[in-house]
Amino acid sequence: MPAIVAEGLTKRFGDFVAVDNVSFEVPEKQFFGLLGPNGAGKTTTIRMLTGVLRPEEGKVFIMGVDMDRDPLKAKSSLGVIPEVGNVYPDLTARENLEMFGRFYGLTRRTRSERAAALLEELGLGGREDEPIKRFSKGMKQRVSIGCAIIHEPKLIFLDEPTEGLDVHSRRMIVDKVKRMNKAGSTVVLTTHNIEEANQLCDRVCIVNRGNVVALDTPSNLRSTFEGARSVEVLFDRPVECSEFSDQCITRVEEKGNKMRFYTSDPDEAIRKVMKVRGEKGLTILELNTLAPSLEDVFVKLTEAPQ
Amino acid sequence: MNLSIVARGVSSVAIKDIKVYYKKAPVFIFGLILPTFLFFAFFMGRNLDLRTYYPGFLAMSLFFTASSVGPLITPWEKQTGTFERLLTLPVSIPVIIMGDTLAGAGFGLIISGLVFAFGLFITPFEIGLLSLLTLPLLFALGNLCFAALGVLLSSPAGPVPANIMMLSSLVRFPLIFISGVFVPLSEMSGAFLGVTMLSPLTYLVDGFNQALGNEGVIPMAIDLLVLLSFTIAFLLAANHVLKRKALKGL
Repeated sequence: MPAIVAEGLTKRFGDFVAVDNVSFEVPEKQFFGLLGPNGAGKTTTIRMLTGVLRPEEGKVFIMGVDMDRDPLKAKSSLGVIPEVGNVYPDLTARENLEMFGRFYGLTRRTRSERAAALLEELGLGGREDEPIKRFSKGMKQRVSIGCAIIHEPKLIFLDEPTEGLDVHSRRMIVDKVKRMNKAGSTVVLTTHNIEEANQLCDRVCIVNRGNVVALDTPSNLRSTFEGARSVEVLFDRPVECSEFSDQCITRVEEKGNKMRFYTSDPDEAIRKVMKVRGEKGLTILELNTLAPSLEDVFVKLTEAPQ
Repeated sequence: MNLSIVARGVSSVAIKDIKVYYKKAPVFIFGLILPTFLFFAFFMGRNLDLRTYYPGFLAMSLFFTASSVGPLITPWEKQTGTFERLLTLPVSIPVIIMGDTLAGAGFGLIISGLVFAFGLFITPFEIGLLSLLTLPLLFALGNLCFAALGVLLSSPAGPVPANIMMLSSLVRFPLIFISGVFVPLSEMSGAFLGVTMLSPLTYLVDGFNQALGNEGVIPMAIDLLVLLSFTIAFLLAANHVLKRKALKGL
């Protein structure tokens, strides 16, 4: 049974179509990335998947439960970690976690035990009885994560969870989510950090202008864009880009003495580079062939038409 | 619909509200300090019969306290960013409204209970069988009705609590002047009495008058029925408005 089934989701705000007939499935235990530029429809899609917004057309099934027919049951099996640590600032870290546990029907004892264990694991041991308003952004986000997972959800939504956090908080959060995914939770991550999505996600869905423009594993998506492969060369001195004009090189980028040649045929591109090297008496200090990055794919798929 | 999840949601929302909002300054200012000042402004230096005016004051204090929590909750949650998160929990808009109403009614019940106990101490009333039967109903329905009014006032809210507190004062203040709190209902007539009948507070004042041995102008059963009808109407209206305005300001 898929953890999420989105069937033909459509949402309009007046004349503006925010999400247009979006469909996908997320199998259980998958680490799924939802990527897209600002205004692409990610947030609206996530709001429909988490029961905040009702789609005008289409259906959402969470763990086989129809979100429209039984929203309370559907929402019982998911946990949401928003971008900002949205917790109650007047309450302590422990009170926040226990309060969220109550919403999911945990007994007083279970709430208390899980809150203590989670706060310790999230590096907040010793600070659990302080009001949240005294906490830093990273600490608030850790409390927020504790609130979202105290009921050990089968499905976790993370909306830009590491945005603006320091390295330690970011690593702690990423490690915790990875552990939960390994333990069997399905994870849906929305992020602008393409490298983070590349490292974490089993499969990514790229949305643009309310539509799904790509849905595959990061490696399959990269291989679809062979034209975005490149050869990176570091010379001992600067060279004019025009020296490398050739049919096999589609574009040249220059960064100091380092040059990047975009090509669909790295072998031919290297031959051309070696020819110019011989003619100009250059010395090559470094040479790397690079596959297209997920970021290259993302930019290709979401760039505005010229 | 899973009733156990609904009941759990309502109680969880109410407990959350009690923990977070009972201690907020606007609740104290608009729910406790303001009606106390109004009471002193009206009674101090005037030789008024406390027995005649006390039921009206009791109704006024219940009205202010029960309706003081609701207006704060939704705009405050939208401001702190917790409202959208609340919507992702196993609760629905009607569940949130019922929980918020229960929290408001609880606050009103505690404070109006204290005011009632203090009133019994300074002005001994004859509590007959009718009072024993009707007072709990009046307290329960009055608190639920005005807590629901408070929730209705906050349902179109964006993320600025001050805007809704202003709107709530704009609605609540006129009501105390047309509901028989300062002018006994038995002394009203004509068009003014007609306007008075539009206010839900009138029926609570009249009910308290009868339960505490004063003369009433409307049968007690009608008082209770009208309060129940207003409660249902406020809850339905709050549900209708909040469903449409839930994402305002998010």
